[in-house]
Amino acid sequence: MKSLILHTTSRLMMPILLMFSVYLLLRGHDLPGGGFIGGLVAGAAFLLQGVAAGPRTVRQLIPFDVGLLLPAGLSISLLAGVPALLLGGHYLTGLWVALPVLGRIKVGTPILFDLGVYLVVTGVAVQIITLVAEEERWRW
Amino acid sequence: MTLVAVVLVPFLLALPAAWIGRRWARAGGLLLALVPACSAGVLLSLAPSALAGQGVRAAWPWVPELGVQLALRLDGLSLLFALIVTGIGALIVLYSGYYMAGKPDGGRFQAYTFLFMGSMLGVVLADDLIALFVFWELTSVTSYLLIGFHGHNERARHGALKALLITSAGGLALLLGLVLMATIGGTMRLSELLAQGDVLRQSGLYLPVLTLVLLGAFTKSAQFPFHIWLPAAMQAPTPASAYLHSATMVKAGVYLLARLQPALGGSRAWTVILTDIGLLTMVLGAYLAFKQTDVKALLAYSTVGTLGLIVGVLGLGTADAVHAAMVVVLAHALYKAALFLIVGTVDRQAGGRSLDVLGGLARRMPVSALTAVVAAMSMAGLPPLLGFIAKEEFLEAETHMDAGLALGILGPTLGILAATLGMATSVLLVRHVFFGPRRPALDHAREAPVGMLVAPGALAVASLVFAWPPLRPAVGTLLNGAASAGLGRPVDVSLVLWHGVNLPLVLSAVAVALGAALYLERWPFWRLQHRVPPGATLDRAYDLALHSVARLAAVVTRTVQTGTLRHYLLMILGTLLGLVTLALLAGAEPLRPVRIEIEPVAAYELAAAGVTIVAALAVVFMPSRLGAIAALGTVGLMMSFFFVLYSGPDLALTQLLVETLTIILLLLVFYFLPPYFEVRTPLPSRLRDVLVALGVGVMVTVLVVVVGPTKLSPTISSYYVDGSLRDAFGANMVNVILVDYRAMDTLGEITVLAIAALGVFGLIRLRMHSPCHRRHAGPGRPPDAEP
Repeated sequence: MKSLILHTTSRLMMPILLMFSVYLLLRGHDLPGGGFIGGLVAGAAFLLQGVAAGPRTVRQLIPFDVGLLLPAGLSISLLAGVPALLLGGHYLTGLWVALPVLGRIKVGTPILFDLGVYLVVTGVAVQIITLVAEEERWRW
Repeated sequence: MTLVAVVLVPFLLALPAAWIGRRWARAGGLLLALVPACSAGVLLSLAPSALAGQGVRAAWPWVPELGVQLALRLDGLSLLFALIVTGIGALIVLYSGYYMAGKPDGGRFQAYTFLFMGSMLGVVLADDLIALFVFWELTSVTSYLLIGFHGHNERARHGALKALLITSAGGLALLLGLVLMATIGGTMRLSELLAQGDVLRQSGLYLPVLTLVLLGAFTKSAQFPFHIWLPAAMQAPTPASAYLHSATMVKAGVYLLARLQPALGGSRAWTVILTDIGLLTMVLGAYLAFKQTDVKALLAYSTVGTLGLIVGVLGLGTADAVHAAMVVVLAHALYKAALFLIVGTVDRQAGGRSLDVLGGLARRMPVSALTAVVAAMSMAGLPPLLGFIAKEEFLEAETHMDAGLALGILGPTLGILAATLGMATSVLLVRHVFFGPRRPALDHAREAPVGMLVAPGALAVASLVFAWPPLRPAVGTLLNGAASAGLGRPVDVSLVLWHGVNLPLVLSAVAVALGAALYLERWPFWRLQHRVPPGATLDRAYDLALHSVARLAAVVTRTVQTGTLRHYLLMILGTLLGLVTLALLAGAEPLRPVRIEIEPVAAYELAAAGVTIVAALAVVFMPSRLGAIAALGTVGLMMSFFFVLYSGPDLALTQLLVETLTIILLLLVFYFLPPYFEVRTPLPSRLRDVLVALGVGVMVTVLVVVVGPTKLSPTISSYYVDGSLRDAFGANMVNVILVDYRAMDTLGEITVLAIAALGVFGLIRLRMHSPCHRRHAGPGRPPDAEP
């Protein structure tokens, strides 16, 4: 599937889509979005890249083994519940801190948890895309 | 607290033990042996308080929500077994250091031994039913690891699996029995249950409880017909056989019986089952031991016999009998472990353990020979050793059996029979390994290093000195304490070597004479034994059962896993259809006509519904693949449009994205398929598919109509609406539910996602590496493909 237009567009879209996915992730607590949706957008960005330029490019774009996204995401989500445990609460209880930066920024373990979800969803999408695409290329 | 440490320290030290055992095999063994030795010292220091009153207790919260505690209790019975576990454990660890020296796996062996030691201490010290069960199963697991230690050997794997399957099947039965006991008694504490013997015995569930518990104890203690795993377990390295499969683990079943005797014992069923099975196992084991030529197998069957003896005598339930059982437990642990270790030494130094090749080793290995003679004398029940006292007490208990039992005469007879065979086996063992003509092939054999002589030597010496002052009173106190705890009331029997001329002594003398005669006239007896069909029929039944399970699994897999996507869908949808229809028809609320109030529908809503329906029909009837995919995408997009309409922006976004991703993936896959569908399925199966599809559609429609008006709880929505911003600081309720209220569910979901991705990885990668796929690919493999 070589197409110059698609190839160029996808390269231009890539950073925008990725930034948008992070934006969706971060705003998710208050507005439509969140880790799941953000992860899907990031997955779609890589999928677009994969269709346009091939799975090898996708693997090259990510500076580490794409297989690492899954364990990293799972670990972050798992660990997000631990601080509450250390403070004597139940596992996965949300803890929030209001940072005095820019007036009203709040940071909490649920955001960390959502980041884990984001990474897992992105990881699953990228993993399946690259594998399926490589499989087909292989049979080509 | 000390008790908790005694149980947990071996677990904690297992990993360091692996390292130490690998780094310095011999010195490491010496160092590691200090750990169980110290535990034994600690237990001894607790002995006075353990033997007085209720024993020493300790508890450690484990699952407080379920009321499960790591509750431990050290009383007389636990003390005896814990001392055997730690005392013999120290010797085994020391011996293993030398036995395993020069082998690459020595460290791993020490680690497993430590894990087993901790598990076994847990079993004998547990005062909580759940803790008892967990440790019980852990001994099965560590036994599996040790039997299969030489995993490259197929017989080792087979033996390990056999032991694991049989003992863990019994373990499951035991779990059921323990749970039933806890339900009847209303407590998980063993010590509290023991006080409720009458409640348990009068419960209607007494027989099921007894059967289940006995299944657990009998499988563990290798009682007929479950004894077949013990000879197969002899594939374990010899120190493990000495430790697990003669001195300690196989006694766990005996421990459990003695432990639960105050709660479950004393009934007629208890007595009949225990004495019948026990005496049968005793004679069978003794009989089979005498025909073995492999010395380890001989010792294994002899162990089976002794375990049967202990179980049988426990079943009698008198003070004398329980005390006799405890003496046999101690005496057997000492002499059998010593003999196993000697066999290990002989195997290592002379390079064989078959009676056909061994002989005349006393000249080469005098210390081992002396040790073996002492231990075998104890096994044969000859004075002045502990084994003699054990046999006398056993015969005494058998002759004083309740006359009402049908076994009144049979018991002593079988006892003499077993003692006769035991005597003959002991003579056979020592005579054919250490004496007799010199075997030139064994001239290379040298006496073992001191480190390998200490452990069996110490055990043999213990067999002797425990029967004599000054240690005899202390041992007597310990055994009385164990018997009291096992019986549930004080027992005071003194250990005496010389009772004067009485019936047991006469019977014993008869047995010794008969045994010696049997040894001398062994050839006719062996010919007779070999004419009787081999006792391997139970093994064959086991193999057959295993084989049938595998065949059944193959049939089920072939039936269910056809490899056709259509069949999988059919099964999934069919199950859904069947179960939901059943639930709707048999549900709590009868189906009744619901009046549907149709709110005024806007024209664009109707149009959207129309587009969805047309697109769905197009998916089915579209002749080209690309068209079908596009139509499917339309259905999905219309769904997200509906989510937007009914104000579910998060759902709409997710649906939109998932739809996009799957469509592109489908395109990727379908790109390589022929562009048009070929209808190859016969008409009847297509009609069946149509019916299932329609059925599911109708079912879902009915479901929506029926469920729609039902409000589960009016507070759920408002709970989330009110709480999400106030308590969880998030205005987006959907997201707050996902990451906060139901974060645990989300964690489970992303785990499933990750597993699914791993599954895809496995499927595709394995297929790429399979030879059949490689053949398809042929030489035209692109250069840039992943290897």
